Amino acid sequence: MTQVSMTVNGKPVSGDVEGRTLLSSFLRDHLSLTGTHVGCDTAQCGACVVHVDGEAVKSCNMLALEADGSEVGTIEGQANSDGSLNTIQQAFQDHHGLQCGFCTPGMVMSAAALLKENPRPTEAEVRKYLEGNLCRCTGYHNIVKAIMAASGQNVSSIAAE
Amino acid sequence: MYSFEFEKPSTIADAVTALEGEEAQALGGGQTLIPTLKQRLAAPSSLVSLNGIAEMKGVCVEDDGSLAIGGATTHATVAREAAGNYPALAALAGQIGDPAVRNRGTIGGSLANNDPAACYPAGALGSGATIITNARQISADDFFEGMFTTALDEGEIITSVRFPVPQAASYQKFLQPASRFALVGVYLARFADGVRVAVTGASEDGVFRWSEAEEALNKEFRGDALMGLRINPANMIGDLHGSKEYRAHLVGVMTKRAVEACV
Repeated sequence: MTQVSMTVNGKPVSGDVEGRTLLSSFLRDHLSLTGTHVGCDTAQCGACVVHVDGEAVKSCNMLALEADGSEVGTIEGQANSDGSLNTIQQAFQDHHGLQCGFCTPGMVMSAAALLKENPRPTEAEVRKYLEGNLCRCTGYHNIVKAIMAASGQNVSSIAAE
Repeated sequence: MYSFEFEKPSTIADAVTALEGEEAQALGGGQTLIPTLKQRLAAPSSLVSLNGIAEMKGVCVEDDGSLAIGGATTHATVAREAAGNYPALAALAGQIGDPAVRNRGTIGGSLANNDPAACYPAGALGSGATIITNARQISADDFFEGMFTTALDEGEIITSVRFPVPQAASYQKFLQPASRFALVGVYLARFADGVRVAVTGASEDGVFRWSEAEEALNKEFRGDALMGLRINPANMIGDLHGSKEYRAHLVGVMTKRAVEACV
């Protein structure tokens, strides 16, 4: 076992992990931050996306020890400090950007990463950025709409496809 | 995953020493290796992460105008930082996997793995790049030795890759949308002394140069110069995503698109 230390959602945390412990396991099993979902465990579905030093990564495809010393952000750290939903989360609620909700944490984390680097993306850019996030309910339309709305753009003209 | 020790050295010298251990394995971004370990297809006794070595990260322009990319540089960084000096290579990096994969996956990891459908082997071979390791320099023409096989010795690390910048270049990727690898990808680079065409995704021997197309394009650099040229389907990959014949046909189509993108 090796000690790993990192900052998660602004709080310093540490724990003893094996070399093979995944970042997703550390977050879920050691820190009980179960908002990060493990959908496929093969790095394809994107439900486990978190931010490591500001960049979106698939936490099921990264070793916990690789994140030693890093700033990690998860879905639990997304809400505003008063507990209200942040702009992206609120947009997902307003535009019904989820059905079963399983992919939502990864979608929100990817959306946050996208809007950080591209604050006013086109619809095509949103769809392109979400290539690594799968929604088994196939609810992409409202997810895209929610992200467009969260970027401050008028989405009333985006028709269902 | 089977159990392993994890090490993260901060210098190339320490990484080389760590890799001298029995059954030690280098870890790049892990976007292929970690899934492989999960499947228990590999059982290293220790993983030596190359991600803590600052001198192996980043993109810089050399005095001769070539681009040197550190072996531990992520695809996202190459997509961003090579865009000004070598846009075709940056575009290739920006088409690998998805954004989260590009934030972890590295150029050195991709080249060392030499997946027969990966993008970077085509970019390196098409550009006539030089793969620089802790021990030597290897030209791309000598580096790729067949599917998942390279000239690297045990424990040898790709520390950087040097790309000469061509007059024009284009990467045309026919995406396999489930895996996000290339069903067929063609990297074409036009230098003052000739054209190079490298093909990934198609051959059972991994990335290869299509010399007939290079000869035809050296005589006349336009899409129609490829008319009548055929790739023999015999050595192509045939699977549920596409037959050998389909891939052979796609090589011609994607090469023509690459030429047209360069003129």
